[in-house]
Amino acid sequence: MTEYDTMTALLEDKDIYLSSFAAREKKWKASDPTWLAKLRQAAIDRFAALGFPTLDDEEWRSTPLTALTRIPFQLATGPVQEPPTEATLPLTVTGKDWTQLLFVNGQFVRLLPSTAELASGAVVGSLAQALRNGPAALKDHLGRHADCEDNAFIALNTAFLDDGAAVQLPKNCVNPQPIHLIFLSVPGSEPTACHPRNLIVLEANSQATVVESYLTAGEGDSFTNAVTEVVLGEGACLDYYKVQRESQEAFHVHTLQVQQARSSQFSSHSFTFGGRLSRSDSNAVLDGEGCECTLNGLYLGGGEQLIDNHTRIDHAKPHCASHELYKGILDGKAHGIFNGKIHVHPDAQKTDAKQTNQTLLLSEDAIINTKPQLEIYADDVKCTHGATVGQLDALALFYLRSRGLGLAEARALLVYAFANDIIGRVKIESLRTELEQLLRLPVGSAGDERRA
Amino acid sequence: MLTIFNLHARVDEKEILKGLNLKIKAGEVHAIMGPNGSGKSTLAGVIAGRDAFDVTEGDVLFEGKDLLDMDAEVRAREGVFLAFQHPIEIPGVSNMYFLRAAVNAVRKHRGQEELDGGKFLKLVKEKMKVLHMSDDLLKRPVNEGFSGGEKKRNEIFQMAVLEPKLCVLDETDSGLDIDALRTVAEGVNAMRSKERAILVITHHQRLLDHLVPDFVHVLLDGRIVKSGGKELALELEKKGYEEFACQPVAV
Repeated sequence: MTEYDTMTALLEDKDIYLSSFAAREKKWKASDPTWLAKLRQAAIDRFAALGFPTLDDEEWRSTPLTALTRIPFQLATGPVQEPPTEATLPLTVTGKDWTQLLFVNGQFVRLLPSTAELASGAVVGSLAQALRNGPAALKDHLGRHADCEDNAFIALNTAFLDDGAAVQLPKNCVNPQPIHLIFLSVPGSEPTACHPRNLIVLEANSQATVVESYLTAGEGDSFTNAVTEVVLGEGACLDYYKVQRESQEAFHVHTLQVQQARSSQFSSHSFTFGGRLSRSDSNAVLDGEGCECTLNGLYLGGGEQLIDNHTRIDHAKPHCASHELYKGILDGKAHGIFNGKIHVHPDAQKTDAKQTNQTLLLSEDAIINTKPQLEIYADDVKCTHGATVGQLDALALFYLRSRGLGLAEARALLVYAFANDIIGRVKIESLRTELEQLLRLPVGSAGDERRA
Repeated sequence: MLTIFNLHARVDEKEILKGLNLKIKAGEVHAIMGPNGSGKSTLAGVIAGRDAFDVTEGDVLFEGKDLLDMDAEVRAREGVFLAFQHPIEIPGVSNMYFLRAAVNAVRKHRGQEELDGGKFLKLVKEKMKVLHMSDDLLKRPVNEGFSGGEKKRNEIFQMAVLEPKLCVLDETDSGLDIDALRTVAEGVNAMRSKERAILVITHHQRLLDHLVPDFVHVLLDGRIVKSGGKELALELEKKGYEEFACQPVAV
């Protein structure tokens, strides 16, 4: 392919989304408020200007997107023919005592039966409905934090902003049970794309636990391009979990954008099991003194999976702490990428930031690119980072075998031990048990079971 | 029970064992003593089946079967146990979980039914008393953050639970204070029986005060140069190993 051909191909890739937008825009125009139409228009304009990133783009230099951009994905419209019932849901992560929202191809379908009750004043539901019923509070936050300027996927998501989850807690509100947002991709006869958009706003001193699960039902190419914006008021506290178990034909791109006010606490645990290509950006801005931010992750890849985790923590104010631990286990020809940026702004004295990435390579063909990026513009800070890449310890294997454990069992136990470090940090017991079960399946070979 | 004939073994292309012969019968306790670098740990590793050690010549028979032909886990299931000189830390796996997996692997091999949580706990509690092990140690990850003494006690504890036929103790006394040494020796003594053989590898005599051997062998430069009764250990302690260096190889 010549350079000219490549250019043409890229233009065409982009055009599918531009024409999808033109078709959708007419339908939206009648019902939606002007501010939203403007937000979408600005985003599609930005996407048109940016196009999909290439390997020349610093943030995408190890993540080839040609497989994604070559496929003519059509925007999923309307509910699928036969929405899955409880019995057919490819779910094992079910908390009967959680508040559970089911989304199919980005559209809210219904609440699943549950014994959970929301705290008084808490609003949890479909973003599309919230936009229709009274967008005042949403308008202040939606699209204000996840920036389209340099990110084509955020721009694309914002251009197609329609539905997803809206979670709002008023001041001093403690929601007792986890809120589970289940995003199910149901590929159609043609390649199907969806752009779920979530907004989580916790006002001062409120507290919640949110779990996002991404799953696939059925076969076919699917592309999920999700954005979650999190806004934490003073002293608010959010435990956030993401479990990605999409199919091996799935493309998954997700941006988590967190804005933290003074003394707020945010913790994220991201688990990546599935997807042909999975790119996850987790960004937090610590924009008040005394914030605490934890970004932890575990990724398990086999076959030819590509799993890319980018994190960015902006220490904008003094006396904030951030902790990051990402662990990966890669088998087969899997390719992992970890890029962790910590940006300490000039004001942010007494910053305490720690970042660690550890990867276990189980085969000779598995690859990890790991890159810490520390940009420090304050002089009284503590920032540490470390990356290790290794294989299973031969001596530890021998030790286990010398006690009677077979080679396969010994390997599985060491893999389990390595990953359990992250799973052990999950505060919800039923989720922890579920993740432990997924972990006991052999890496790579049981990828399909691990996915939905 | 164990017959080693003309054993030669290499580590990283370097020949360490140079024609070692040893015979151990059920019910006997043998001690192998030798200075650093004489091949003591290599011998232990070869018996347990460590891949890094390359046997170039000789035979090792365990109850008449070719031990060298078995993978490490098969040897363990057949009844060979090595107490490590440096027990390995395995963060993320509890001692309890690990030990139950090991016990059941061995039981399965012997055609015994696997133990459920309750039965396993009962077995473990008995053995814990002998070695003064606390419950806490069971719940903690395997050897992680254990003191030197705790690690060695944990090895003997595993041995007690797994009930092997041949116990090989590789410098189990190193790094132990006198109380820990006594506890460990008591643990091993409790396992002495007519059906079981014990091979103690050490370079000090002090463990042998508590764990009295039937036979003592001197290992120098990859060969056993002298064999005798327990009094040989005392002689070694007095004279040092140099005395034996020029003696002809004992046959």
